[in-house]
Amino acid sequence: MSVARTWRTRKQRYGLMGERCDYCHNAIFPPRDVCPHCAEPAQREFALSGRGAVYSYTTVFDPPTGFEAYAPYPVALIKLEEGPMVTAQLTDVAPDQVRIGMPVEMVTRKLSEQGDEGVIVYSYKFRPQLQRPALTA
Amino acid sequence: MRQVYIAGIGQTPVGEQWERSLRHIAHDAIIPALRDAAVERADALYVGNMLSGDLVGQEHLGALVADFVGLRGIEAYKVEAACGSGAAALRTGYMAVAGGLHDVVIVAGVEKMTDTVGRETTAGLAMAADQEYEAAEGVTFVALNALLMRRYMHEYDVPHGAFGYFAVNAHHNAVANPNAMFPSPITLESYRKATMIADPINLMDSSPICDGAAALVLVSEEYARALGAGRRPVRIAASAVATDSLAIHDRRDPLWLDAAYISSRKALQQAGIGREEIDLFEVHDAFTIMAALSLEANGFAERGRGVRLAEEGEITLEGRLPIATMGGLKARGHPVGATGVYQVVEATLQLQGLAGANQVHDANVAMAQNIGGSGATVLTHILIGD
Ligand SMILES: [Zn+2]
Repeated sequence: MSVARTWRTRKQRYGLMGERCDYCHNAIFPPRDVCPHCAEPAQREFALSGRGAVYSYTTVFDPPTGFEAYAPYPVALIKLEEGPMVTAQLTDVAPDQVRIGMPVEMVTRKLSEQGDEGVIVYSYKFRPQLQRPALTA
Repeated sequence: MRQVYIAGIGQTPVGEQWERSLRHIAHDAIIPALRDAAVERADALYVGNMLSGDLVGQEHLGALVADFVGLRGIEAYKVEAACGSGAAALRTGYMAVAGGLHDVVIVAGVEKMTDTVGRETTAGLAMAADQEYEAAEGVTFVALNALLMRRYMHEYDVPHGAFGYFAVNAHHNAVANPNAMFPSPITLESYRKATMIADPINLMDSSPICDGAAALVLVSEEYARALGAGRRPVRIAASAVATDSLAIHDRRDPLWLDAAYISSRKALQQAGIGREEIDLFEVHDAFTIMAALSLEANGFAERGRGVRLAEEGEITLEGRLPIATMGGLKARGHPVGATGVYQVVEATLQLQGLAGANQVHDANVAMAQNIGGSGATVLTHILIGD
């Protein structure tokens, strides 16, 4: 990811900053300028809680450029409590321990390094929820 | 609107063509197509391609290829819709002829994927997904399909082994296709034992990375009559496209390919036929899960029952709905931006009775569906042998 793109999406990567639609009140993540539910303008910021459940998961054995050092790593679709779904890596969990419906929460972790000269990218990852009641997907 | 006919077809073998560059393989498909149509000139050339800029460092394929095949001067440009680029180029050519702007149009799909190393190609393919919120997290295109497959197995209680029927069928049909990358049969057992690449997706669930080019010559009805070929005329009875969100996480129901549903419904309406009249279906089986989801979104199977259709043998050459009749993406190969054109070349062979050992009996109506990304662009074409 370019430096500018990393910087541009910092609120999302560090704080799951999405939007809430003024018209239909749905929560939106990632943010966009038009609500995907009602097609009205949607630009009111709204930070998601970061709590959700695993909708599906897999393991990347064959990584793209920039992620070679981390493979294999688990990735998942997370259904957030407020409604939106997010694609992210899982962390602090062995791949064979992951289950659909498993409650997870967002943490900030190193996502990738781009060599000695490049930036280190941090982003959201999800780990099993600590001491909280279970949710269902 | 005017009727549009397919006057000529051409294709190269699919595989690793290290001795031929992008422009050469485009040439190797286009010249046979022109010869097949018995035309020497064309009004325009539309090139379907996804990754030339990223993997070959070459854009501007319209002018490049037009010049290289001896057609310097004509209208030409590239059309891109990820893995749906080939059919998107076809639809562009269809619109030009149907709209009366051109009488003779070349549609070519071309892709060169084997000049780069695996991880670069993997990163390139991920451009079909949302770069900022899917690929940026290190999620590959294979992984996105694995997420769908895992959820499908969970929701519908389908074991992984059941998907093997799609791969077995594709490989079986590739054996007699001289242009297929994997003309070798596989068994359900070898499917189950294949190397895992993103669980539950293994090597036999996935289409291969490869080079390839295919071409079609489209003509107006008047021109088709003037050519008066001895073969059965094949008409493009419908051409439709629909879109969905690029990212899977932005869909209300990730297991429902809404753009496939919409584009096939539009295509059936345009052709004025019912789904049951389709004699064969060239499906976008980039992954076995995509074949299952496509059968369901197109109404050939109830939700959660697409795999059952394969298990019951309905997708074989002798079945109720033969799919991937020349090997499909899985075994013919999936040179991404060329695939949509290969599908239509193969469907044309079926309707002309030229499919050899793979001939579907009494084939009159064929549907070809080309998918960009994980269902974000879906193009459906229906061909009818007149
Ligand atoms: Zn709204």
